[in-house]
Amino acid sequence: MTATTDTGIHIAGLSKRYGAGDTAVDALKDVNMSVTPGEVIGLVGPSGSGKTTLLKCLGAVIEPTRGQMTLGGEVIYDQGWKIPDLRTLRRDRIGFVFQAPYLIPFLDVTDNVALLPMLAGRPNGESRARALELLQALDVAHRARAQVSELSGGEQQRVSIARALANQPPVILADEPTAPLDSERALAVMRILNQMARQYQTAIIVVTHDEKIIPTFKRIYHIRDGRTVEEAGEGREIE
Amino acid sequence: MISLAGRDILHSWGKFVLTGFGLGLLIGVTLTMAGVYRGMVDDAKVLLTNSGADLWVVQKDTQGPYAESSSIKDDVYRQILGLSGVAQAANVTYLTMQVRNASRGGREERTMVVGFEPGQPGEPGYLMAGRRLVRSHYEAIADIGTGARLGDRLTIRRHEYEVVGLTRRMVSSGGDPMVFIPLKDAQEAQFLKDNDAVIADRARTAANPALNRPSVPGLLEAINASQSSNRNVNAVLVRVADGIAAESVARDIRRWKHLEAFTRAQMEDILIAKLIATAAKQIGMFLAILVIVSAAIVAFIIYTMTLGKIREIAVLKLIGTRNRTIASMILQQAMGLGLIGFVVGKIAATVWAPAFPKFVLLEPADAISGFMIVMVVCALASTLAIRAALKVDPAEAIGG
Ligand SMILES: Nc1ncnc2c1ncn2[C@@H]1O[C@H](COP(=O)(O)OP(=O)(O)O)[C@@H](O)[C@H]1O
Ligand SMILES: [Mg+2]
Repeated sequence: MTATTDTGIHIAGLSKRYGAGDTAVDALKDVNMSVTPGEVIGLVGPSGSGKTTLLKCLGAVIEPTRGQMTLGGEVIYDQGWKIPDLRTLRRDRIGFVFQAPYLIPFLDVTDNVALLPMLAGRPNGESRARALELLQALDVAHRARAQVSELSGGEQQRVSIARALANQPPVILADEPTAPLDSERALAVMRILNQMARQYQTAIIVVTHDEKIIPTFKRIYHIRDGRTVEEAGEGREIE
Repeated sequence: MISLAGRDILHSWGKFVLTGFGLGLLIGVTLTMAGVYRGMVDDAKVLLTNSGADLWVVQKDTQGPYAESSSIKDDVYRQILGLSGVAQAANVTYLTMQVRNASRGGREERTMVVGFEPGQPGEPGYLMAGRRLVRSHYEAIADIGTGARLGDRLTIRRHEYEVVGLTRRMVSSGGDPMVFIPLKDAQEAQFLKDNDAVIADRARTAANPALNRPSVPGLLEAINASQSSNRNVNAVLVRVADGIAAESVARDIRRWKHLEAFTRAQMEDILIAKLIATAAKQIGMFLAILVIVSAAIVAFIIYTMTLGKIREIAVLKLIGTRNRTIASMILQQAMGLGLIGFVVGKIAATVWAPAFPKFVLLEPADAISGFMIVMVVCALASTLAIRAALKVDPAEAIGG
């Protein structure tokens, strides 16, 4: 349990218990994890092992029971939230990528991405410029004015990655981002995430049990029954 | 920041317009119901204005001549004319009946037949076509609401009348168009017996030894004559002299003549507060139900739309959208629906109002309060959906 001045994300002794008494479930037991900026790590484990719980703790939507979390050099949790406003924490400092793109259907592609800086109070023009820049980096700028429903699944997933990056968060949490994709597309998403992590110096945590992408991680945290074990990955380059 | 509600409405434009249209028809019905009530009030006022009277003198202890039946002798007006402050006093009769129009294929129309004396209160003021009555019998002025045209022949009881003039919006408090005929004809029409009844009456009189006295020549004829003629009217319309308070003249009439006299304000009270009170309550009940139904529809539509967006709402919350922003998005959508509905409803009511058989008066003030009620109802109706949206846990966006 050491506070660090390092950037990136650090978790020490994190525990989460659901419920109480006889029905209590210890979903996380003394979890330790560190991810440095620019790094993409895998969080791998069987169903019910606690992956989603960890992601929800990191995403500040559920409260851990014990432990410490540091984000970008700032302690955000230490036996209690250290940040008064979790909503702005999520908005400004955490990016989310989901299993499905979950774009907002009534906003066009640009505004789906620009919405985040707008929510953070940036002017519309500046927000859209930022969105366009990200869409370019993700190779979907040609669909900038399209409706979400006009996009292919792959394009939608890239737009959702652009959205996660929109407020330049130090960390992105990706929850099974390749689950519904075939091997080729899954690898394409991983290549993009790696590229974005490097380009924007973001720490990315990818929750997965997708065998196709596991070889792409340089570092993997295996989680089983709420405990993590760190291990080196193959870190295979993606063509 | 962009308007999330606006974008959502633009995105599902068709759905919004369609539901707004349905709601709009309902709002149109609501506005029309209010218009029906206003029309009834206005009909009553027009009726009073058109009679050209300051005072209505009727039978004692009645609230005639429109709300209750009233019968007074047709020479009473002379006594009233003798009172100080009275400028004009004239007999009138009112009789609601079916009138046949021989020129329109014998079509029957429910009308109020008014008997009046030319040049006196009770005469229709403005004619939209034709002329006033010049002959003392068998001419009529008809309201266009009867469907009659100049030259048509109307059958009232046993006689035919030629339409020589036309009025507009001359209706009874029940909304029936008026037909004006000379007072004498109207008195006859009101009390006229058929020939068989006259013969039977005469036989009865002749058989009564008290009435048929051979020792008093002329008695039987006199009794028969008095039985077959009508010396009654329904009211006397009085116009008071300039600068005289109608109420003070009314007081004199009540005190000295054993008659009832109503001022314009009292007549309005009788017609509006009493005569159409039940109808107004009926309409009020209708309005209340329509408001509740509209609210239920808006609540249901907005709630369903919101439930269809639970996932998006969870994502919006997860990425840091304020609860307030989400609530106002739903509120604005409900109000947007209300706005579309109101515009459609106002147009619909304006389009179909003239087709109603009775006058429908769409008052701008009613439209304004209707608009506010729609907005308030929509806002209240959206609370259900807002509650559901605020309960959404941002954690739901992260898969289980
Ligand atoms: N809200 C909850 N209440 C109680 N138990 C929960 C809740 N969410 C998850 N769990 C339990 O916590 C454990 C870890 O679940 P989860 O984090 O969803 O695992 P994974 O995402 O790896 O499948 C499981 O035993 C699950 O049943
Ligand atoms: Mg899970």
